[in-house]
Amino acid sequence: MAPHRASRDLTAATAPSFVLDRREAIPALLGRHEDFLIVAGLSGTSRDVAALTNNGTHAYILTGAMGAACMMGLGLALGRPDRRVLVVTGDGELLMNIGALATIAVMNPPNLSIVCVDNGHYGETGYQRSHTSLGTDLERMAAGAGIRLTRTIEQQADIAAGARLIREGNATSFVLLRVKPTEPPRDQRLLDPTGGRIRFRASLLGG
Amino acid sequence: MMAEAQPRGEPAGWQDEVFDLLRRHQVTQFAYVPDAGHKILIDRSLADPDVYSIPLTTEEEGVALLAGTDLGGGRGVLLMQSSGVGNCVNMLSLINSGRFPFLTLVSMRGDFGEANAWQYPMGQATVSVLEAMGVMCLRADNPAEAIATVDAALTMVFQAGRAVAVLFTQKLLGAKRF
Repeated sequence: MAPHRASRDLTAATAPSFVLDRREAIPALLGRHEDFLIVAGLSGTSRDVAALTNNGTHAYILTGAMGAACMMGLGLALGRPDRRVLVVTGDGELLMNIGALATIAVMNPPNLSIVCVDNGHYGETGYQRSHTSLGTDLERMAAGAGIRLTRTIEQQADIAAGARLIREGNATSFVLLRVKPTEPPRDQRLLDPTGGRIRFRASLLGG
Repeated sequence: MMAEAQPRGEPAGWQDEVFDLLRRHQVTQFAYVPDAGHKILIDRSLADPDVYSIPLTTEEEGVALLAGTDLGGGRGVLLMQSSGVGNCVNMLSLINSGRFPFLTLVSMRGDFGEANAWQYPMGQATVSVLEAMGVMCLRADNPAEAIATVDAALTMVFQAGRAVAVLFTQKLLGAKRF
């Protein structure tokens, strides 16, 4: 069947770009994570952020509500122009609510950055392939949605430029971080959605 | 496109009063999917330099947005049509499980005097769907009720931390003519 063959060919062409290890690349890209208010999307990225921040109170970690992370980041960024807000999400979650990129582009808060950790797979459910290892390019979709600052990071040498973009961008920025489909850090997530809300607000707002 | 759906014989002033009420309660994020029933609220938010007026591609974006608004200590409202309620179902898990305050104003279709058959399934399921996901529903059938009900909902949401939908019915809004 021709469409299937086309997908496989495309995969072969793009596969070499999924080479970075998320357990090294994400800490390197984020740097001093305390500088951000962070919303982490479910599955792999929630484990990445929980491990990196040691479940810090400056991170709200989702373990459900697939598709929520980017829009939560927008609501937070609009309300807190004094802080830099970082969304860390995966390719699967972003694909589920891809229209959010258009909404975010329209609002364009300069203090919001989105890092999409793209491993081309749905790791949580058994590493089924996602659309991004079958031809979908999320950086191009973000740019097409109207996000002005976008970048794809595929190798170590690109990380510094990405780190600058998420910290210094004067418009909403989007970084697609391509990584190998390997396991995120050991699970140490806070799994209480209400407790996570209460402590995030207490830390940010006091009281 | 639903301009003719203004309530017949009723001045539109109640929607201005609802907007002013929301503003007095420090609501500064107005998320919406374009809708004739909410036209005045949407236009007022677009014209107000002190609020964010946020056009959504689908209603569930607004649910997640308002959770983020709350994390930052702000207040927002989701303006949608009853058909959009169906697009929110799973995302309301976030509101429910995180106990986020949540306020939505829903303009009803598929109820009193609806001429478009396509609107009935979601219109008639709106209350069941919202209640199933833990959102309380308050109906408003006339302008006085609309203002009083939004006022009550603001207290329930931002003081008691609940999730509340105010339903502006077609008795209030008028049924779209075809």
